Amino acid sequence: MRPDDYKYSESHEWIKYNAKTKEATVGITDYAVKQLADLVHIDLPKVGDSVEQGTAFGEIESVKTVADLIAPLTGKIIEVNKDVGGNLDTLKEEPFETGWLVKIKPSDPSELESLMTKKEYEEFLDASGEEKPEKGKEDEDVDEDDFV
Amino acid sequence: MSVSKPLRTPLHDAHVALKARMVDFHGWEMPIQYTGIIDEHVAVRTRAGLFDLSHMGRVRIQGAGRRAFLQKLLTIDVDKIPPGKCRYSFFLTEKGTAIDDLILYAGGPDDFLVVNASNRDADLAWMRKHQSGDVTIIDETLQTSLIAIQGPRSVETMKRVLNVDPTEMGYYTFATLGEYFVSRTGYTGEDGFEIFVPNAKAHEIWNRFIDAHIAPIGLGARDTLRTEAAMPLYGNDLDDATTPLEAGLNFAVDLEKPEFIGQAALKAAGQPQRRLAGLLLESKRIARQGYAVMNAGVKVGAITSGTWSPVMERSIAMAYVPAELRKEGTPLEVDIRGRLEKAAVVKLPFYRRKKT
Repeated sequence: MRPDDYKYSESHEWIKYNAKTKEATVGITDYAVKQLADLVHIDLPKVGDSVEQGTAFGEIESVKTVADLIAPLTGKIIEVNKDVGGNLDTLKEEPFETGWLVKIKPSDPSELESLMTKKEYEEFLDASGEEKPEKGKEDEDVDEDDFV
Repeated sequence: MSVSKPLRTPLHDAHVALKARMVDFHGWEMPIQYTGIIDEHVAVRTRAGLFDLSHMGRVRIQGAGRRAFLQKLLTIDVDKIPPGKCRYSFFLTEKGTAIDDLILYAGGPDDFLVVNASNRDADLAWMRKHQSGDVTIIDETLQTSLIAIQGPRSVETMKRVLNVDPTEMGYYTFATLGEYFVSRTGYTGEDGFEIFVPNAKAHEIWNRFIDAHIAPIGLGARDTLRTEAAMPLYGNDLDDATTPLEAGLNFAVDLEKPEFIGQAALKAAGQPQRRLAGLLLESKRIARQGYAVMNAGVKVGAITSGTWSPVMERSIAMAYVPAELRKEGTPLEVDIRGRLEKAAVVKLPFYRRKKT
């Protein structure tokens, strides 16, 4: 399901870089969507906003938690997916296609090299034990205080 | 919490087999969700859902002195409760603030209390401190399992799965049906039953409901369900700095009954200065516990519970605000991570089931 030609970040964003147009499309992975579960709201930046690699460019909220969206590249927002906010199911159904979030014009495309390949991302998920929730491991995304 | 390693209910393996996400909840390893909070929520509102509540504290009170003892500790007049009835009540401090909220099962040779898992130790300590005369306090929490069925199809489900007929049971009553001790109680805003079963039979009974396609429901949906129904959660909407009258739970406090701990303070305090209010947000963002509630730029309170209402498809919350701001329609704001979101005061509960 995860496209081979995309790049991935440790905070579970994906990046599809078009070398011709020098534009990067950014979304969040199926893993991130599954962990958040029960999505209710997304906040995205505006066209023209500057974003910096490793810092928040928006937030996504589910019933149980809220997470920052972390920019995988430094640059300017050139397009925002206006449809996704009104239909968050898109993120569940097609996180790598119609569920894209923003397009970034990177100011330093060499930052792409700091991102993971699909294989590396999947190894990263395996290594953190994150792909095996059926083992009954405690879910760190869940804040017990939300239910105290 | 005195326990370092989380306790497991007798149904722990069943939750793991159902691929539930498990979390530590006040010293208990409990399922927070199976398929998803919203799916589970909707199952309870439209059909029926199955809960493992074996973490809830269960305490038996025996002895000839038990009614006098309970009369002194509880906010309701225990002498006026007919046997076979359940009643919501409180243990209060001398200041009239809540030590815990609980359900009293009155009558028979014993009385019985169901208390919050998070407060079981504190409740037992409080009771033992005030124990006198012929009163025996038995913590039975680990001796039985507690399974709940909640939702509009609860009666039908009980008939079909357990082959018992609870139709004649009134709401907030208890009875022995066949081999089951059952109360018609719950924490979801729906009709439903809580079934006390021997640990050795817990798996078998649980699996009978699962095999009948009753959806298992985790603590996540339990929280959204009780919030829609505006049922308070100790630690969120109630604590030892809050009185039941501030929370609007006057129905569970009889100020005219014979003396109980906290009564004098509540009488002296008169009308509460702050009250629990319901908030409906314009934004879909969730107002979570602790977020500031603002009125014209001034902080007037803090969110105690807030979630997404799957039924209303709106962001809902509760907060203590000055009594004069609790009027329906009052415009307020909630500071959600630095951004003010508009909210209006609404009547509680947010959701009330249609009674058939």
